[in-house]
Order: sequence, then structure tokens, then C-alpha cells
Amino acid sequence: MKIPLLAFNDKGIYCHQADVYLDPWKPVTNAIITHGHSDHSRWGHKNYITHRMNVPIIRHRLGDINVTGKEWNETFTINGVKFSLHPAGHIIGSSQIRVEYKGEVWVFTGDYKTEDDGISTPYEVVKCNTFITECTFGLPAFNWLPQAEVMTSINNWWAENRAEGKTSILFGYTLGKAQRLLKYLDTDIGKIYTHGAVENMTQVLRPMVDFPPTTLITRDTKKEELLGSMVLAPPSAHGSVWIRKMTPFVTGSASGWMAFRGARRRRAIDKGFVMSDHCDWYGLLDSIKATGAEKVICTHGYSDIFSKYLRELGYDARTEHTQYEGETAEMDAKEESEITV
Amino acid sequence: MKNFAELIKTLDSSNKTSVKVDALTDYFRHASDEDKVWTIAILSHRRPPRPVNTTLLRLWANELAQIPLWLFEESYHIVGDLAETIALIIPTTKEHSDKSLTEFLQEIIALKKKTDEEKRVYLHQNWLALNYYERFVFTKLITGSFRIGVSQKLMTRALSKAEGVDEDLLAYKLMGDWNPDKISFQELILDQKSSDYLSKPYPFYLAYPIEGEVSNLGNPEDWSIEHKWDGIRSQTIIRDNEIYVWSRGEELVTDKYPEFGLFIGVIPDGTVIDGEILPFLEGQIGTFNDLQTRIGRKTVSQALLQKTPVIIKVYDILEWNNQDVRHLPYRERRKLLEDLYNLVKDKNIPLQLSERVPLKSWEDVTTERMRAREMRSEGLMLKRNSSPYLVGRKKGDWWKWKIEPLVIDAVLTYAMRGHGRRSNLFTDYTFALWQDNEGKRELVTFAKAYSGLTDAEFRKVDDWIKKNTLERFGPVRSVTPELVFEIGFEGIALSKRHKSGIATRFPRILRWRHDKKIDEANSIDDLKNLIPE
Repeated sequence: MKIPLLAFNDKGIYCHQADVYLDPWKPVTNAIITHGHSDHSRWGHKNYITHRMNVPIIRHRLGDINVTGKEWNETFTINGVKFSLHPAGHIIGSSQIRVEYKGEVWVFTGDYKTEDDGISTPYEVVKCNTFITECTFGLPAFNWLPQAEVMTSINNWWAENRAEGKTSILFGYTLGKAQRLLKYLDTDIGKIYTHGAVENMTQVLRPMVDFPPTTLITRDTKKEELLGSMVLAPPSAHGSVWIRKMTPFVTGSASGWMAFRGARRRRAIDKGFVMSDHCDWYGLLDSIKATGAEKVICTHGYSDIFSKYLRELGYDARTEHTQYEGETAEMDAKEESEITV
Repeated sequence: MKNFAELIKTLDSSNKTSVKVDALTDYFRHASDEDKVWTIAILSHRRPPRPVNTTLLRLWANELAQIPLWLFEESYHIVGDLAETIALIIPTTKEHSDKSLTEFLQEIIALKKKTDEEKRVYLHQNWLALNYYERFVFTKLITGSFRIGVSQKLMTRALSKAEGVDEDLLAYKLMGDWNPDKISFQELILDQKSSDYLSKPYPFYLAYPIEGEVSNLGNPEDWSIEHKWDGIRSQTIIRDNEIYVWSRGEELVTDKYPEFGLFIGVIPDGTVIDGEILPFLEGQIGTFNDLQTRIGRKTVSQALLQKTPVIIKVYDILEWNNQDVRHLPYRERRKLLEDLYNLVKDKNIPLQLSERVPLKSWEDVTTERMRAREMRSEGLMLKRNSSPYLVGRKKGDWWKWKIEPLVIDAVLTYAMRGHGRRSNLFTDYTFALWQDNEGKRELVTFAKAYSGLTDAEFRKVDDWIKKNTLERFGPVRSVTPELVFEIGFEGIALSKRHKSGIATRFPRILRWRHDKKIDEANSIDDLKNLIPE
């Protein structure tokens, strides 16, 4: 049997011909990395290749690693296999990886979304034969509203809380979501404060994107000056001692999971905003169609259900198990490691 | 409808009582009278009967979503709420609807008599004319109750604030039978009627679980001890030749227990008694399992009356000779109660006295508690002789001292996703015990439980289940038998309905036995040994 161009083994997605792994979850020699979230860019590989904009991000997270930055669409060849990176629209510097060998093209999406969020390079359709797609929100129950509408409700919520003399605490992933929120918060309403983990990551990204000013909350920050302000914090800060000191406050969370009433109530969050850096149902279906792929491999998310539906639509679709987490419903596992940064 | 949907959204998205009361008060101040009546009805679980069954609802919702039915079912299992799933999968359009809550409810009532095709057209039109949250609320009005953490009490408080009507009076006005389609706000809330008071119950006085050592309660002479009966707490009112039986949930249950009709003419008018409804079979108290067959029924057949007769074990008196006697010390109320009982005990009515157990010392009390299972009680009640009958749960004068639950170590075999706050997490578990089957040991299901673990533990077990799934059956997964839990329960009885042959009462998880392997879990025989003789 012919060895497939990309195969799933216990370390990651492996290209035998080039001896390269895509987003491996165990230490390897050569790793091509889609983006900076910790389930995709792990510690311990010998050589990292990733998009230029992701270099400072993974350096910040992983320290002094041996990493090469590439441009969008820049082809690099390893033992006859042509690789190139294309925007995935997930977070700043996030790529899809295109792999071509002897006329056969595979694309691995990493995580992606189709809506242009204004801070990440927008998602680009890449034609291919085999499409390896995430499907974190691969259920028809997930249909996102346009970002502008969600941001309007977030800003209105902030203004209402401020009118009542309360601090707004908004939870979002340290890398990606926090900056997307920050970019569109209305600074006419008040001042934006940050949790340390969010502040550090935002500093890393400031050279690439123009963000509103932020103030780090420190031990010396007075409770009174926070009243009516916005605080951006990682989800893991919810319920912490750090938060309790800000009373009176109202909590909100921006995540795709907030589409479910249960997910919000379980976390005891006051207000849920449905906003995700992943594709919704139609985002997934439309982009799969646009790639022209005959074969689809579904990785993390509701992959069994989603690939079954794709087969009914006529695709040669299957599921492969990976250790990617997507946007976790419980919103803590991934963040724990980042909060200590 | 827009205002009502907005109200539900606010109630659903806050965990704070003050926010909920404010939102409700504000709503009651602005809503139309007819919308107010319907809102009160819905929040006190008086929905119109379901006009469409859920099979058809799913089918018709799916037509708009254009997805296969199996995909709808998968989504439903993950979302955990039917109305929410329907609202999520149907596309939102640019249309909108200005119909009021009352108009919607009148249409829903009328819908019941329509043809299936008319129902389908009606639902399609309205689903597409509403935004996501309105669609959710509209579908909820059809399918079931809103679980949004608003008790009747909380709603009553808000209504009282908005209308300036006394809260206790309102609580009483909202009790019992009234039809939101037939009654006006004026009649329901604002009008004053003398007959209103005829069926009016007193608020229940509730006990606290005992804290610390029983001997800390002081002199045993100051206390009365009774067994704590395991049935339905009830208040029975006999006034003006009528009887009204209220359950603790402030539900009028007179019709469910026709045998108490015998009290009329025997117990004097102007009497209100507090007691426990208990099944009484062949001269002894039955199990809660027996009572279960009576609880769910609105109408009771002659056969069921014969099979599972009930009695009231009476333990307090609140009104005597048309006088409210709640202020009297327990010792004096007890005297009145015993006088009453002596008056009626030979009249062959289903009433028994909950006897006080004469005890000299706290050691005696402790010993008596050990007899609870034998007495078919769930422990003891300790009441201070000098105590008046108070309102609600108050510490100090009434204590309940339940027996320790029965416990058994069982193996987790199946898991299902939870609902509401726990949707999308595997939190509903089935447990099994060992049984010999022709020389081979196998695991036999014996109970389901879905409470007792902390949120963090649930997350751990959920994670484990996802990694150790053997088979999937819709929302249910069978898992590798590996985890052992200590299961506690209040009662146990033989049962033909259960695969194991045993029914347990209120099973719940006591702890996760990390220290035990499945071989060390208990057997069905161990469980049977716990059944009282």
C-alpha cells in the first residue's frame, strides 16, 4: 500500500516523505506549526517552522527555540515535498499548511474561521485533494452572528454596568480572543484593564496590530479606579481571589460555547457572548466545499457526527484522533499553563 | 412577546436573586394585565396543555433546518434541551412578530384542536418570524416549563412589590386551581373575596438537620421525640363542611386522596392539621415506593385505592375551633391534637397519631433512632415543648435527625449527558453490582444517580467517560467498568420493575472510591441483605 502523504501517528500528523510533523503533540525533530495555541505549538521540538507573525508568539510561550519564520504563500521544499503557509483567520499569525507532492495536494487547517476579525490575516480558500479540517463547532446548532453585532452588545453591556457603578470582567482566551475583544471595545465608555497573562500576550502582539491602550492590574491598583472599567481576563481567573477583590463586578464570557445556555450557567457567568475564533456550521461546510477536496479528514471537535454528515453529502470523509482541543467547553485546561506566564 | 422573552433572558442569565426580583418587578409594572396573568401562570407551572407532540415538533423544525433527523437528535443530546435545540438550528430571518404573550398563548391553546397540517404551518410561520431567543421562549411555551431558577416565592415577592399587595396574601391567592385563560388580573390579584380564605393553608414550619451532638440540646425533658415519617408532608383543612389537602409544595392535592373525604363530619369544622401522608398496606406503613403510585395520578381508580390505601399520620394542629393556635407552645397544641384524636379514633377514618416516644435520656434517643428502619421511619424529629409553630425553615426548636443512609460500593457502567446546567457534560450515571450467573460473575444495573459529586469531580469523570466509551446508544454511553463509587440511599424494597429486583430510594453518590478496584465492589446479594425483615 502506498504511504499517504500525511499520516496520523502517536506523535502528530506525519509527512513520511519529508520527515516532518505538522503540529506534533510529542517532541520531534522537524515541526511545522499552524499557530500559537498550546495544543498546537508544544514544547520540545528540535526545529520549528511557522509563519513570521507567529514567531514572537511561540518564542514568548516556549522560550528560546530554534524557529524559522515564513511568509504567506512562500513555498519551501523538503525532500521533494512542497510546503507553504496560508492564512487561517483563527488568530494573529495562524496558518493552514499546504503540502504538495507529485501533483497531490493536502491542506491541514489547524484551527480556522471564515469571518474576517480585523486583526488576523483573513482566511483564504486553498484548493486541495484532501482537506484535514478541525470541527470544534461542527453541529448545526452553531451559527455565529457577525462580529460587529456581538461587539455592539458587549459595549452596551459594559456601558450598562458602568452606569450601575460596576466593573465589567470579560473572559476570553489570553491569545486571540482577548485581543479581538480589545480591538473593538469602545474606549469612550471607559478604561480597559488587563490581567497579567492577557497583558503580556497583548504586548507581544502590539508591534503587529494597533490596539487601544491597556493598564495592567497590579497589587497597587485601587479598587475604586476599576469601578465602571473593563477588565480583560483569562477564563481560568473566574472565581479566583484575584477577581473577588474587584467587587462590585459583573462577569461576561466570549466563547462559541456561550451558544449553549447550559455552558454559561455551569460556569456561573452573568452574561455570555457568542463569539468564536472557530468556524460555525456553515463556515465549515462552505469552506470544505470551496476547497474542492474529495477527501476530508475531521480532527478535533464533533468529528464523528460531522464526518458522518459529510459522507451523506457525498464526501469521502473520516475521523482521525488528535490531541488538539479546539475551544474547550470548560475553558480551563488550556489556560492553566498560560496564566503562570 | 418581546418583553416576555427579554424577561426570561434576564432571569435565565443571572444567578442573583436581587437581579431576578428587579427584572420581574419591572416587567409587572409595564406589562398588560392579561400578559401579567399569563406570566404568573407560566412561572407557577400552569402551562396550557401541549398542543403538538415532540416527535412532530422535531420533524417540522428539521424541515426548516434542512438537516437529517439523526443529526437533529445528535445535536439535541449535546444541547440538552429540546426547545433550545430547535431555536438554535432554525435560521433567523429578517421578519419579526409583534404579537403579545397572550396572543401567542391563545393561539397555542387553539392549536390543540387543529389538524396536523395547520399546526405545521402555524409553527413554521412563527419560528421564522421570531428572533433566536423569542423562538426559544415560544418553543418552551409549547414543550415544557422554564427552568430559570425562579421560584413561586420569588415571583410573588416581585408581584407584591409591583402591585403593592401583601406578599402572604398574594401567595395564597395564587395557590390552587385557576385558569389563566378564564380569569382576569383584577379577579386573580386585586379583588378581595371572603371565600378566598376558606381553603387558605398556613405556611409550613420546617425543621433543620441536627448539628453536632444531640446532647447539646440540653435537658431531654424539654423535648418531644417522634419518628420522622417518610411520606408527603401535608396540611389538611376542614372548614365549612369542605376538606382541602395541601402538599408542602403549596399544591392542592385533595382530589388525589379521596379517602380523606371521610374526615368531613367527623373532624369538627374549623380544624387544620399538619401530618404526613403515608401508604398503609395490610396494617403497616408501606415504602415511599408504594406511595409513588399515588403521587403522579390526578384521578385515582378504585383498584388503586384498594391496592395502595393512604393515611395521614398527624403530628400538629394549627387551627382548632376556627382559632389559629400556632402561637401556643407545642406541648399545648399537642394536648389539643391528642384530644381531637381521642374524639375521632374510633370513627374508622384514615387518620393516625404520630406518637411521641417517651424517653428519659439522650442515650434513649440515640437507641430509638436505631429503630427507625424497623419503625419504617427515616429517623427522628425533635421538637422543643415550648415552641410555637413558626413559618418556614427556622433553626432552634425543630430538628430532624435522620438515620445514616444505606451504602454500597457500585461500578459505573453507563453515562448520559445531563440537562440544564449540566448539558454537554456526562453527569447522569448508571451503577451496577455483581451477580452470579451460572458460575460467572456479571455486573447488573441497580440504580441511577446524578448528584453527589463536586463540579470538579464531575469534570474529571466526564473526561474519563469520553476516553473510556465502549458503545454509544444515542445520548447514553456504556463505559469500561473501572470506576467504583459509594452509593447512598434512604430506603430499599423488592421490586418487579427493576432488573436487579430491588428498588432504592433517593440513590446518590456519596464519594468516588479511588481506592477500590471493581472486584471489590458489592454484589446484588449484599444489597438484598440490607432489606429490612
